[in-house]
Amino acid sequence: MRLSCPCCGPRDRREFTYYGAADYLDRPAPDAGLDAWDSYLHLRDNPAGPTRDLWYHDPCQSWLQVERDTVTHAIHSVAPVAGRRA
Amino acid sequence: MIDLTTTTAFTGLPLTIGRVTLTAFDPGPVTSVAPYPGRDLSRALAPLAFPQPGAISEAAGLRLVWAGRDLAFLMGGPAPDLTGLAATTDQTDGWAWLTLAGRDAVAVLARLCPLDLRAAAFPPGRSARSLVGHMQAIVIRTGPEAFELAVFRSMAGSLLHDLTGAMRGVAARRAL
Ligand SMILES: [Zn+2]
Repeated sequence: MRLSCPCCGPRDRREFTYYGAADYLDRPAPDAGLDAWDSYLHLRDNPAGPTRDLWYHDPCQSWLQVERDTVTHAIHSVAPVAGRRA
Repeated sequence: MIDLTTTTAFTGLPLTIGRVTLTAFDPGPVTSVAPYPGRDLSRALAPLAFPQPGAISEAAGLRLVWAGRDLAFLMGGPAPDLTGLAATTDQTDGWAWLTLAGRDAVAVLARLCPLDLRAAAFPPGRSARSLVGHMQAIVIRTGPEAFELAVFRSMAGSLLHDLTGAMRGVAARRAL
């Protein structure tokens, strides 16, 4: 498996660390309520198909959002998290 | 005044096994330069230029080596005043540097580093952050069969151990 770091180009899986679903990027507002926070912290889908992950490219220190398919193993996109909301 | 002498973090170098030689070297002062968002460093750094990912800017005996996202290492001399432009940190004693050179240098490094080491993908004059064994490393290609490697200084012994094993392995294959 290889991921294309937007900074470094295509690199081996060994250089990356998986950090779970990209849901972690969508932090609720502090007053969003218990349900929203419970969902943010604990509830994850387990899709057969397209999914969004959070990865870290350890060598260059880039957080990445990866769109991939759990059925075909295709990697659809790798985008930097930095500047996402800029 | 006490005159302190710099010592290398490696013991037993230079070391030649097969067609590859490891040599410790002193890169001179090393300063990390991390530009603040939106700042233009071009005048402060001239004649050096802040490098694009994987690039190295060289001028007047200094090197500015890409070392990570929005990060470069200035090597070989003191850093200019970048107050208000970038965060600078002295890295001189934080890293251990060695050269890996000789006709099987690529074969040795390929045993430890997942980079695509073909000249088309990683030509001389380029810098990369990657792994050597389990260690985060800076890899600079200085020639077709020559590299500069740096790891955190505390890992110097592990780097030497891993490289020695790879050199023995490549030399043993050659002898078959
Ligand atoms: Zn990267």
